[in-house]
Amino acid sequence: MAWDYIIEGLTGAINLIISGDAELLNILFRSIMVSGIATIYAGVIGIPIGVFIGLSDFRGKNILKSIFNAMLGIPTVVLGLILYLFLAPAGPLGFLNLLYTTMGISLGQMLLILPIVVSFTMNYIEGVDEDIKDLTLTLGADRIQMMIKVVEEASLGIILSILTAFNRAIAELGVATIIGGNIFIKGGELNTRVLTTAIQMYVTRGEINMAIALGIILISVAYTLSLLSNYLQKRWIES
Amino acid sequence: MILLNLISKTFGDRQILRNINLKVNNGEVLAILGYSGAGKTTLLKIISALDTNFTGEYLFNGINVKKNPEKVRKHITMVFQNPTMFRGTVFENVAYGLKVRGYDKEYIRDRVSEILELLGILEFMDKNAKKLSGGEKQRVAVARALVVDVDVYIFDEPTSNLDIENIKIIEGALENIKKMDKTVIITTHNLFQARRLASTVAYMEKGEIVEVGKTEEIFKKPKDERTYKFVNGTF
Repeated sequence: MAWDYIIEGLTGAINLIISGDAELLNILFRSIMVSGIATIYAGVIGIPIGVFIGLSDFRGKNILKSIFNAMLGIPTVVLGLILYLFLAPAGPLGFLNLLYTTMGISLGQMLLILPIVVSFTMNYIEGVDEDIKDLTLTLGADRIQMMIKVVEEASLGIILSILTAFNRAIAELGVATIIGGNIFIKGGELNTRVLTTAIQMYVTRGEINMAIALGIILISVAYTLSLLSNYLQKRWIES
Repeated sequence: MILLNLISKTFGDRQILRNINLKVNNGEVLAILGYSGAGKTTLLKIISALDTNFTGEYLFNGINVKKNPEKVRKHITMVFQNPTMFRGTVFENVAYGLKVRGYDKEYIRDRVSEILELLGILEFMDKNAKKLSGGEKQRVAVARALVVDVDVYIFDEPTSNLDIENIKIIEGALENIKKMDKTVIITTHNLFQARRLASTVAYMEKGEIVEVGKTEEIFKKPKDERTYKFVNGTF
């Protein structure tokens, strides 16, 4: 029966999850760590850029905004390929030895999600009521205090951009495959296998139970973050 | 003292303000009257040093405002016609001006409570400011300005669209500042309010100050026909 195959796969996957399969947990934690680091870097770099663009008025601002907006849709395999060219031993950044490392994946994912953080932050900052700036100034704030207040007003939106960015990072495959290489050696310290690359590998190997289990976990992570985003958005509108 | 010499402002090809000359002495209460679009809000934003994009000279206590807007803003505060609220509680909104001036927490709590009581909104202290009614928001906006000790308080239509109860409370608070010998500048459509509060009245039309004078003079014997028509409600 056609459905048996799927039902068996699902049952096996649920068993793996319930039993707390060591390999499965290992991959999950590595994925969270790799994408978490990418998100932290993207936040540290992207939020100030987004705030600066959002608060400033300069020539070429719209061009800069459209560049970041266009980068939102960059195919992950293309980004992976470009990064590979730079990080390969013969490439200009080969000396960094980041190819086939988790740090290399984090770097790639950081570049992938940086436009999300910048664009979202910029839009939320620009969305803050224009009167807020004048209001802070007339209440005695200097320009730095005014900027802090505007960021504070946009803070829920900025958190939302970070959640969206993390979701995009953990669910991407192109960079993780090309830069990470899906390396896994039992007990090894240089493993680069993450959720997406593992799913792809287990499907090709025909190990459907493990692939489905990882798929369920990936969807659960994404769904939980979506719920959190929706909750924050609701609070944003209400507050 | 506020001294404006030949202040003009254009927006695109539209002249918003034309050769404004105005002197406001310390402790004076000036009401600026005029129809919508006369340039009152633009003038207030210039006086409050929020807008320095004008021609002419503006001196505040001898300081050139165009060159030192930040310094001048420490001495002036303005309440906007639309009472924009920060995210957060009424307390957080009202405390903002004190926080940025570096006052300690205890003083801030006492001072905010004092002002909220004056405006009859002490019980709203922990409420979400964005969820208040229009009149309550306007009272918070006035409290937010009054909480700081500055030389000049500017109010842009502080009681427009408010009911009589809210108008009474806000006017009461304005009377309080008058007693402290602070300079107050107010724009209003309400002629009775101008007469009640102001010591001096300026009438504006099409970006120009048509006439400035003592309140009773402006209401009883205006020199300019345009002022006469405005204060008497004739066209």
